[in-house]
Amino acid sequence: MTQTNEPAPQTGTGGLSEPTDGAATDPFLVVEDLTVKFPTADGLVQAVTGLSYSVEQGKTLGIVGESGSGKSVSSLAVMGLHDAKRTQMSGSIRVGGKEVLGLANDKMRRIRGREVAMIFQDPLTALHPFYKVGAQISEAYRAHHDVSKSVARTKAIEMLDRVGIPQARTRVDDYPHQFSGGMRQRAMIAMALVNDPSLVIADEPTTALDVTVQAQILDLLQELQKDFNSAIIIITHDLGVVAEMADDVMVMYAGRAVEFGSTRQILTHPEMPYTWGLLSSVPDVTADPEARLIPIKGNPPSLLKPPTGCAFHPRCPHMDKVPGNLCKTTLPELTPGEHGEGHVKRCHLPDPSAIYVQEILPEIAPDLVEMTINDQFPQKTGTGLVGDSPSDDALPKER
Amino acid sequence: MFGYIVRRLIAGVLVLIAVSMMVFAIFFYGPNDPALAYCPESRCTPQRLDNLRHNLGLDRPAPQQYVEYMSGLVKSRHIESGGISIDCNWPCLGVSFKYRVSVFHYLWDRFPATFSVAAGGAICFLIIGLFSGIFAARRRGTMADKAIVSTSLFINAIPYYLLALLAYLYLVQGLGLFPETGYHSPFKDGPFKFVGGLALPWLMLGIAYSTQYARFSRGAMVDALNEDYVRTARAKGLMERVVVRRHALRAAIVPVVTIFGLDFAYLLAGTLFTEKIFGIQGMGLAGLDAVQRTDLPMISAYTLISAAFIVVANIVVDILYSVIDPRVRLA
Amino acid sequence: MTESEVAQQSAEQPTPGIVPAANRTVSSGRRAILSVTDLKKYFPVKSSGLIRRTVGYVQAVDGVSFEVAEGSALGLVGESGCGKSTTGRLITRLYDPTSGSMMFEGKDLAKLSAKAMTPMRKEIQMIFQDPYSSLNPRHTVGTIVGTPLRVHKVVPEKQVLTRVRELLEVVGLNPEHYNRYPNEFSGGQRQRIGIARALALQPKLLVADEPVSALDVSIQAQVVNLLRDVQNEFNIAFLFIAHDLAVVRHFCPEIAVMYLGKIVEIGERESVYNHAHHPYTQALLSASPDVKQAAIGGRRERIRLEGDVPSPINPPSGCRFRTRCWLAQDICAKQEPPLLQIGKTHKVACHFAAELGNHPAKPITAPLLGTDDQGNHAPGSSPVEFSTNPGYDETWFDLKTKTFGNR
Repeated sequence: MTQTNEPAPQTGTGGLSEPTDGAATDPFLVVEDLTVKFPTADGLVQAVTGLSYSVEQGKTLGIVGESGSGKSVSSLAVMGLHDAKRTQMSGSIRVGGKEVLGLANDKMRRIRGREVAMIFQDPLTALHPFYKVGAQISEAYRAHHDVSKSVARTKAIEMLDRVGIPQARTRVDDYPHQFSGGMRQRAMIAMALVNDPSLVIADEPTTALDVTVQAQILDLLQELQKDFNSAIIIITHDLGVVAEMADDVMVMYAGRAVEFGSTRQILTHPEMPYTWGLLSSVPDVTADPEARLIPIKGNPPSLLKPPTGCAFHPRCPHMDKVPGNLCKTTLPELTPGEHGEGHVKRCHLPDPSAIYVQEILPEIAPDLVEMTINDQFPQKTGTGLVGDSPSDDALPKER
Repeated sequence: MFGYIVRRLIAGVLVLIAVSMMVFAIFFYGPNDPALAYCPESRCTPQRLDNLRHNLGLDRPAPQQYVEYMSGLVKSRHIESGGISIDCNWPCLGVSFKYRVSVFHYLWDRFPATFSVAAGGAICFLIIGLFSGIFAARRRGTMADKAIVSTSLFINAIPYYLLALLAYLYLVQGLGLFPETGYHSPFKDGPFKFVGGLALPWLMLGIAYSTQYARFSRGAMVDALNEDYVRTARAKGLMERVVVRRHALRAAIVPVVTIFGLDFAYLLAGTLFTEKIFGIQGMGLAGLDAVQRTDLPMISAYTLISAAFIVVANIVVDILYSVIDPRVRLA
Repeated sequence: MTESEVAQQSAEQPTPGIVPAANRTVSSGRRAILSVTDLKKYFPVKSSGLIRRTVGYVQAVDGVSFEVAEGSALGLVGESGCGKSTTGRLITRLYDPTSGSMMFEGKDLAKLSAKAMTPMRKEIQMIFQDPYSSLNPRHTVGTIVGTPLRVHKVVPEKQVLTRVRELLEVVGLNPEHYNRYPNEFSGGQRQRIGIARALALQPKLLVADEPVSALDVSIQAQVVNLLRDVQNEFNIAFLFIAHDLAVVRHFCPEIAVMYLGKIVEIGERESVYNHAHHPYTQALLSASPDVKQAAIGGRRERIRLEGDVPSPINPPSGCRFRTRCWLAQDICAKQEPPLLQIGKTHKVACHFAAELGNHPAKPITAPLLGTDDQGNHAPGSSPVEFSTNPGYDETWFDLKTKTFGNR
């Protein structure tokens, strides 16, 4: 594989970054040219290759991709949770200006949970079944604060109350199995935030939850972000979650970033066929029900032997529009998109906007074609979607 | 919880009654005529055999005999055995053909020796097994891990009686590294003699049993270390030592408790080879002796007591479960 | 109009629920292949203590009625614990129902013995959620797909392999891969194997229990499209169980929404999605994220339901949804709302049924139940009999005029 260190374009709101010379606010997390490989009996799994991004305080980055895209692997690397003996890592991860890649476990431990905390997908398996919820939260607090058990317990009750657990004072002594699914994820969030971390990584935080509870948890995360002013990385396969939560979106495929931009850029002017595929294959409660869903053909590639050139080429329906054998032979660089600063994509396609408007959009949302061409979208996007009080009295108010 | 224990005890008693019936059936319908045991081969006339049968009550209907047999569990009995009458104090499981004493009390006297072997051996194999298993699990895939696993397989491949016998011959008889083995009461003969006599049997049991505990606890620990909640514990920034002990080990111990409960029950019923090779007068040896001499009351009592140990061990394991894992509710 | 007048008027109407089944129509106008009436499944809950008495029941499925038309599809939607999967397992008789009937091809599946059920299993097949645990890892794909053919002796032994290859081709797999093992396939491909196995016996009804929930987004669409093709090609009726309203919408012309063991709203796709009358359906619809709207910055207010689904062991009295419902009044705790037909092919169980934003201040059901607006029994008024029949009646309750009639 010929992988050069790409010139990642600089972005305003904490994007795919290169070392910023004397920028006003340094992003809290800077990942540069991160590569993660796992040696296995079958060969070397190239889980993440040449990944660069950054996240600023108070901002939310959505990482989107399917299983095996490297989205979870890259964030576990930020947490330093890969077993050093079974992982080959290179590149750079800077948390609060400090290099953490290759940091000794004992030093990394002090960053974990305190500066960077993580919320996992399934709160039932992520909480220890044998210990009380409150004890697990105070344990997290005491790992970084030299306080007595009773002080930590008070802190745990305070956090449980903060994340909306009713009767926190008594529920603090419940075991995880006595909590409902939504409450367990709230407890998980309380545990992640107990040390007031500057960065929270949420790995599919709502996938295991019921639909009506999902909304509660997303609301809670946004609300807490305002209070704690932490940066959030939300990892998900669900573009709907990204649309509601993220300021910026990074789309990953086969271990690489294939498109990056503001949520608005990615969702209104996507320029990479894989992103198109993701958008088209999501079923929608408002689309024409008789229309067939438009899947991405084929299956995600094996990371043992990723395809040559663009990893997406075996599944890409637009290869014929690229001259020659370019898609099969040459890995596309991340190049700027056509709609605004900070938007980059990894694709050889000439004039992707035209293809999107003429071929993709009419299939998935014909009513949006006109708006997209003229770029007449309301300014409000992403995080602005939720939380404003409904004007209609018939709607339930948050109590 | 209380209701659960009572229910389990009732079920346990039912199991023991079923076992006692089977034991009795073997005793009564088996190929060995108990009367023959009292009938000297040279002078055994059919007339005399009939007399003996009558004397032993063997000519009465089976249910009646069974009820009489079981009555020993609630009261003392007076047993006519081969012409002489013997007092069999409660609890009475019959009188030995050979020794003409209450079999229960005969076996019970040997229980301290068996218990000492079992408990000491268990401590040894738990320590060796768990430590090497956890050690291997934390270094999965390394040379240390492979060495532990293959050593355990190698030891496992040697028959226990061979291992114990060789150890006895070389370490006691040959090199004299260990004192002569045997059971000495820690109260009468002092703790040094007690430990000295049992040190080698404990070590041998420890080595032999620890192999499966090493592999088992390694597997349980590897699973536990891969659990999401262990990853959560690491993500909290806990020290690795705390992650392993408080989070992974607590979960890994659950399956180990199960096999330990049953293993210990088997050990309590007597470790035949250990007692035989190291000359310890325990229950296992008594059982073996009884089989060789067709001492049917002794065999039945031995079987019943072993069954009782296993029933109790099962109940204890289930209660331990609920103590370790709060999700297990005994209701 | 006073309450008694309403009662009188409704009494003059043909009582709903006594229309003979033959005259009923399913939404599509096609013949019903499966007709489920008042189906219940209670799992006993034992007490602790010395003697374990049955102290209660998990009312997993509590009186559901629906029909699935030949070659059509009914979507059964709801959150965890609503009883949708239990319903699927009752129809395939993986569980025995507590009561109720399930008419299929003139036979009541609920009353068949295990032996009599065997030939029926050919006609009703199931697809499971998890493509990783529902295929035996030690069997080749050929064995997995071929076993139903051998067990039911559908084709002679010599032709089994040929048929297996055909089936693999139908579901879009390489027919030459029959001797591979499941672990050599990806999640989406495994689900295709599961579908091939279900198709082997050419069933008339397929119960698909969350068939795409465990798959990646791009693969979900592949499998949904495959199921559609299969349905059209072989004229198979589907009971499609899902927690996701969006997926169901693309597959099922008729939708039933379940909550805590009961159907709260059922009807044709168009009525349920565009004119949802039950607050729970409205909440579900608003909670499902909408990418395209979000992308253009379109605002769609989300209804926030409090808390989680209550335990089905002690479900709330009256309306089971009332503990999370923002419309709940006294009557909701006292009276269970009947599943009332409010349109040609639309039934809803709510005292305040209406489209979002138009919910009435007074319960529409009080006159029908013979109660006042607080749900107390009103002397002198007689309640209307409500049917538990599946399908739809010729007459229904018009929400505007508050009378029974049809148009």
